Amino acid sequence: MKKIVSPILGVLLAVSLMLTGCGSQSTTSPSAPQAEKTLIEGRGGDSVSLDPANVTDGESLRVTENIFDTLVAYKPNNTEIIPSLATEWKASPDGKEWTFTLQDGVKFHDGTDFNADAVVFNFQRWMDKSNPYHTGGDFDYFQSMFGGFKGDKGCVIADVKALDKTHVQFRLTVPQAPFLANVAMTAFAMASPDAVKKYGDKFGQNPVGTGPFVFKEWKPNDSITVVKNKNFWQKGLPKLDKLIFRVIPDNTARLTALQSGELDLMDGLNPSDAATVKGNSKLQLVTRPSMNVGYLSFNTTKPPFDNVKVRQALSMAVNKKGLVDAFYNGMALPAKNALPPSVWGYNDAVKDYEYNLDAAKKLLAEAGYPNGFETDFWAMPVARQYMPQPQKIAESIQADFAKIGVKTKIVSMEWATYLKKTKNGEHPMALLGWTGDNGDPDNFLYVLLDKDNANPPAASNISLYKNDKVHELLFKAQITPDIQVRTDLYKQAQLLIHDDAPMVPLVHSTPLLASASYVKGFIAHPTGTERFTEVSIEK
Amino acid sequence: MLSYVARRILQLIPVLFGMSLVVFAIIHAIPGDPAMVILGERATPQALNELRERLGLNQPLYIQYWHYLLQTLGGDLGESIRTKKAIAQEIFPYLAATIELSLSALVFAAVVGVNAGIIAAWRRASWFDYIAMLVALIGVSMPVFWLGLMEQWVFAQKLALLPSIGRYNARETIHAITQFYVLDTLLEGNWAGFWDVVKHLVLPSVALGTIPMAIIARMSRSSMLEVMKADYVRTARAKGLNEFWVIYKHALKNAMAPVLTVMGLQLGTLLGGAVLTETIFGWPGIGRYINDAISFRDYPVVQSGILVVAFFFVLINLLVDILYAYIDPRIHY
Repeated sequence: MKKIVSPILGVLLAVSLMLTGCGSQSTTSPSAPQAEKTLIEGRGGDSVSLDPANVTDGESLRVTENIFDTLVAYKPNNTEIIPSLATEWKASPDGKEWTFTLQDGVKFHDGTDFNADAVVFNFQRWMDKSNPYHTGGDFDYFQSMFGGFKGDKGCVIADVKALDKTHVQFRLTVPQAPFLANVAMTAFAMASPDAVKKYGDKFGQNPVGTGPFVFKEWKPNDSITVVKNKNFWQKGLPKLDKLIFRVIPDNTARLTALQSGELDLMDGLNPSDAATVKGNSKLQLVTRPSMNVGYLSFNTTKPPFDNVKVRQALSMAVNKKGLVDAFYNGMALPAKNALPPSVWGYNDAVKDYEYNLDAAKKLLAEAGYPNGFETDFWAMPVARQYMPQPQKIAESIQADFAKIGVKTKIVSMEWATYLKKTKNGEHPMALLGWTGDNGDPDNFLYVLLDKDNANPPAASNISLYKNDKVHELLFKAQITPDIQVRTDLYKQAQLLIHDDAPMVPLVHSTPLLASASYVKGFIAHPTGTERFTEVSIEK
Repeated sequence: MLSYVARRILQLIPVLFGMSLVVFAIIHAIPGDPAMVILGERATPQALNELRERLGLNQPLYIQYWHYLLQTLGGDLGESIRTKKAIAQEIFPYLAATIELSLSALVFAAVVGVNAGIIAAWRRASWFDYIAMLVALIGVSMPVFWLGLMEQWVFAQKLALLPSIGRYNARETIHAITQFYVLDTLLEGNWAGFWDVVKHLVLPSVALGTIPMAIIARMSRSSMLEVMKADYVRTARAKGLNEFWVIYKHALKNAMAPVLTVMGLQLGTLLGGAVLTETIFGWPGIGRYINDAISFRDYPVVQSGILVVAFFFVLINLLVDILYAYIDPRIHY
């Protein structure tokens, strides 16, 4: 025993001395001045993969946005389309042929050339399930944005071909108005064909693009490091030398780390901490323009919700302003359309149902329910960006409904089951929401309210709302290339939807971020992924 | 002795088998369709069916279990649904991070706990005894989450003495060789890096080590009190030995046996129970690895992760048992 215990105690003592030493000696500040400009962003979760075509989660796309480029891109603060790897583009009059002119001389991080062949390689990899490089995942975004893979009935892209080194042409099976907005999505970024061939299904761990930063290292669940691309095609950019994405799951701990200088920027600030950030001169509050909607859906196929007056009456009984104040700390907009105001095509002329319990009660009586009715009220079990406390929001709405005689029982179930059952139309009324993918109105209105998507068991229009006029407008907007005409069509559709009240749009939430005040040029993008090309550190 | 060790190792087999069965059963009892969770809100029914087929989710449970068992015995922990990487490789850095943190927490718990227990026993019924035992009581009942956040607030934010998150300063580079950063920085001769890593260990170790520290302190005290009554301690005193040597040289040896057992058990608990600490301190450990996998319905990771943690728990128990028999010759099984 002597042999064992003495060394153990010796080690314990030695280590204890070392540990106690830190308290007294530690004078180094975590953010000592550096020759190299490094920015550390704190976030709640790790990326899944860095192959943008094979992921759908924001934490992966947030990183790939900085490693890769797309043919066209979004403006830094909204979803207007700007040139990127393609300098020009042209659609044929029937909208079925798109020709892109590419930049000349751009190189991938591995030194290979970006050209029309690379574009063709990428699209073929994504769209053709028999392509040898169609690996590493399920290419979900391609499937959902372009109507399926090659050979599928709904697949929009017929073929892609290189006309010469800098011209590439897409032939579509049907005109797709949001085509350009889709091509701009981070998911459809150009990967180096050589690297894809080299790494195969491990490309997601070894991403090679043309973007402002070059992938360096990934420590799972800890950090992803990317460094400046010295040969980036936008001369003189990026301004940072190194960019690190660091995972800190707890929102409060992340704020502490920002305050103590271990981070320069953080995502996912609790609305209740906004005041702390505003009150600290070393920090600045950043708001992300809202591109989501949280809504209360009525199942329009089930009585009494098949009666439009009932739906309108209930729409009048929801205090949206109250919800914003109580559950979002004011960091949300009351919604009157399913489409958020940050997306073009938003109809501001729609007049929301006024919160008025007396009028609601009267309308309910007109509908044949003078004494109200009883129903189940489904609420999500998990917090979402558009709805941080779904259970409490349900309780608050429940109280208002009770005042007009509608007695509800709040029902909840496990998240995956919840999604499955609402898609199957099993609910009488349910809370849910949507976050936009590409800033096109089609991505909200067609997905959430068109009759094409009202088919259980896979309904994304969970109100199962079917209005032929609305469908006509939305379908026409889908195949019309002219943005003015489309805007007009969407505005008309929103008016019709408002009158039918298949859902109560509740709020558009505003996600919050915070950064150190020396971080300049950071603009939070509505899609949730932003580029750090223009961001700098000015101490 | 050898036959005892062999017997203990053989006993592990049914334990591990039972463990795998329990883990498998619990995970498959959780409601929710993994295919739906993986593919998300936009999934089509065909895609869901294809995925179920590919993952074998549409086969009967006993077949799924059988496949799982055969695979695990072959050293294959499966592939993560989310990252599509082999779990056996992927898990190691997480495991290393947690082991490093747990050992460091245990060092803290043992040094403080044993010494506090000894002094409390030595000065029984003194103010030190009362305060130490009160602190121990508070320590046992302290929520780790709260303690961690308070530590960060005081030591990182207010006093700016210690870093609050992660295993190292992300602005510097660490070359992971063994994934145990304390060791890696030493191997590299990177003293600044070593110091940085040690500083990052302090706050989470204290948060994680507080409960075991309290338990060890109470255990050491009672064990010590018993030993202090023994004849040989009286003899040691009678021959005029300094009280310090009486305690640390003579009494402590015998008092340590039960304390070592407690330490071993606590180490097992630390390995599995670090998830809260890891979450608050942004520590990329195995607790968080499994926790994240749960919310993603990454069945293979949850299964294999729990199995690995449980395996280490059992292994540590075995080592403690063997050590116990070795240091205390009176013990025969």
